[in-house]
Order: sequence, then C-alpha cells, then structure tokens
Amino acid sequence: MWQWFHRLGSPRWFYNTSGKWLPWLSVLAAILLSLGVVWGLGFAPQDAKQGNSFRIIYIHVPASFLALAGYYVMAISGAVGLIWKMKLADMVMKSAAPIGAVLTFVALVTGAIWGKPTWGTYWVWDARITSMLVLFFLYLGVIALQYSYTSQDAASKASAVLSLVGMVNIPIIYKSVDWWYTLHQPATIRLTEAPSMHPDMFHPLLVMILGFYCFYAVALILNTRVEILYRERRTRWVQDMVLETPVSEIREGQN
Amino acid sequence: MHPIRRQRLFMVIFIVVVASVAVGLLSYALRENINLFYAPSDIVSGKAPEGVHIRAGGMVVDGSLERADDSLFARFQITDGEADVEVHYTGILPDLFAEGEAAVATGELDNNGVFMASEVLAKHDENYTPPEVADAMEAAHQRAADAADNSVPTDSTTPADDY
Repeated sequence: MWQWFHRLGSPRWFYNTSGKWLPWLSVLAAILLSLGVVWGLGFAPQDAKQGNSFRIIYIHVPASFLALAGYYVMAISGAVGLIWKMKLADMVMKSAAPIGAVLTFVALVTGAIWGKPTWGTYWVWDARITSMLVLFFLYLGVIALQYSYTSQDAASKASAVLSLVGMVNIPIIYKSVDWWYTLHQPATIRLTEAPSMHPDMFHPLLVMILGFYCFYAVALILNTRVEILYRERRTRWVQDMVLETPVSEIREGQN
Repeated sequence: MHPIRRQRLFMVIFIVVVASVAVGLLSYALRENINLFYAPSDIVSGKAPEGVHIRAGGMVVDGSLERADDSLFARFQITDGEADVEVHYTGILPDLFAEGEAAVATGELDNNGVFMASEVLAKHDENYTPPEVADAMEAAHQRAADAADNSVPTDSTTPADDY
C-alpha cells in the first residue's frame, strides 16, 4: 500500500515522470491563461458600480487563491519531510516558497491598485490585508531559513517548522472578512453557495483560476526539477544524464 | 507506521495545535483592535472611545447626504440598522461613495456626538453585476415597490438586495 508513496519520494522517479507531464501542463496553462485574460479583460461585461476597474479581479483573485493553496503545499511537504525524511518533500517545500512569495506579492500589489479607485486608498491595516502581508513575510522567512544553514538537513527542518507554525495564518486570512470588521469585502466565490457574481463575469474568472492552478503546477515542477538536479548532482543517474544529453543535442544542433 | 515516524507525526500535530491555540488566544484578546472600525451602535452606546482617532463604518443612510454648494464639505449619516451617526467631512469622497452603500470614516467624535471625519473610504460589496442587469433589476425592484405601494403600505427600510 505504501509503495506508491515511497516511489513518489524518489527524486529520480519524480524527475522522469514530471518531465512527461510538463509539456501538457504548460500548454494547458498557456491556453487557459490566454483564454481567461482575453475573455475577462476584453469580453466580460463591466461592473455596474466599479466600471472597468473591477477587471483586476481576474489577476487578483487567482493569485490570492494560489498564494493560500501554495502555502498548504509548502507546509504539508514540510511535514512529510519531517515525518518520513523524504528528500523529495524537502525539495518541494523549498521550491514552493519563492512561487508563493511572488503570488502573495502580486495579490498585495493588485489589491492596492484596485483599492485606490474603489475604496479611495491603496492600503489600510484591516485584518484581511494585514494577514496577507504576514503571509508574505512567512514565505520570505522560509526562503531566508533555507539559506541560513550550512547543512541542508537543518535548513529543511527549520523551514518545515516555520511553515507549520505559519499554517495557522491561512484560515485566518480566509475567514478574516467574516470574523472582523474589515474594509475588504466578503468572499464572492464560496464553496457552499453560488458566487455573488453574474455568470458572464464568473466564467472567465473560473478559467483564470484553473489557469493559475496549472501555471502553479508548472512553476513548482520546474523549480523542483532544478532542485533535484542540484542536490542529486553527485549521483550516478544525474551524471549519466548530463553526460548523455549534451552530446545528442549538440549533434542535433549541428545537423 | 514505524514508531519513530509516529512520534514525529505527533510532534508535527503538536506544533500545529500549539501554534493555533496561541494565535487563537492572541486574536481573541485583541479582537476589538483587529476590527477596522466601530459600528454606529458601538459609538452611540459609548463603547467607542471619545476624543481619540477612531474609524466608524456603516451603511450611508438613503437621503442623508448633503453637500455644500461652495466647498467640499459634506454631511451624511451612517447606520448599522440599530443606531445612526452623523458624519461631517471636508474633502473629496471616493467615486464609489453613495447612499445605500457602506463607507468607513476616520476621525473623532466631537462633544455633540458628531463624527468629524478626516478621511472617508468607500466599502464596496462582494457582488458584481453588469450595468444592463443592474438596470433591469433596479427597474424590476421599482415596479415591485410601486405595486406594493398601491396595495398595502410596507416598510421601505428593508436592506437592499442589490444583486
């Protein structure tokens, strides 16, 4: 029963399998993102109150979704790394941190740009925005911890513990608009109810969210593959691959 | 599961639980300070401090907005359904500021219970509607209201279902 789990933990197996998925995922992400951008920015109707400025939702909401979901990816890989000492899990944790940090940054910046024409201010210290800023610092903390130890093992342990502690923040971000008085409006997309958004506006948003999920998967796989090659650089399979590939590629280039 | 792994698993659960409890207690203790603004009923009942800078948030009462002709002065009332607070403000109101919409004002309460605002922000809701649909719904709403007016008098202060 645990066999698949242990096989998943083999960097070599992951490197080979993800290499097969990568082109498909990249194409899917590119299609979904370009469809969503053109549909959302060009064809979706404008909002009755906010006009065209609401269209930043097509970047803001998907980026925020993945900033939160990506934190779970990072923290859960950290936990798996701590419990099973799985090398691949540590690599995924390290690779997820910069992607999550960038997405959180995008969410914060697009939110600020959106805030000026609608609320009348770029920034306000309400619970949603502040907890999102804390998430950004948590990601930066994990990145910093990764480079603060000479031993990779110690770095993985420390960043896994920080990721797990910081996981408390995710439900807080999500529920902040319901638990406290905030300037940020409550969620438009809810699990249990229909979205409080016209379908013509919601469908492109859904496409963008799916596109961001695929893009996240592509970015995470690419980052993890680099990390695998670097950490496994002294192993036989990586050296064999490095010795083999360039020759054939050079020949192809010459022909 | 291997005993050592099980022990590590408990350690991980322990970290998550302890961190959650710590942050939970912290935010419980600070809950009043985490709120961005005071509701009008908090201000009227005296829960909000006087003479210090606070924020007041609520729905702008329909028909309460008055603008001065010769300056940027504006006065309006905000409500949470239980109490109203009069807000005075001199400055440019955000584009989305409107009667029947939520707003958050920063400022101080004066001795007469008037909120002297130095900044007013609009708080938009989570609903997004194309203009045509909004117009159609507004018209339908109007028709329903007219029909209701003709038959039986109803209270006109039901919260706006503006989706």
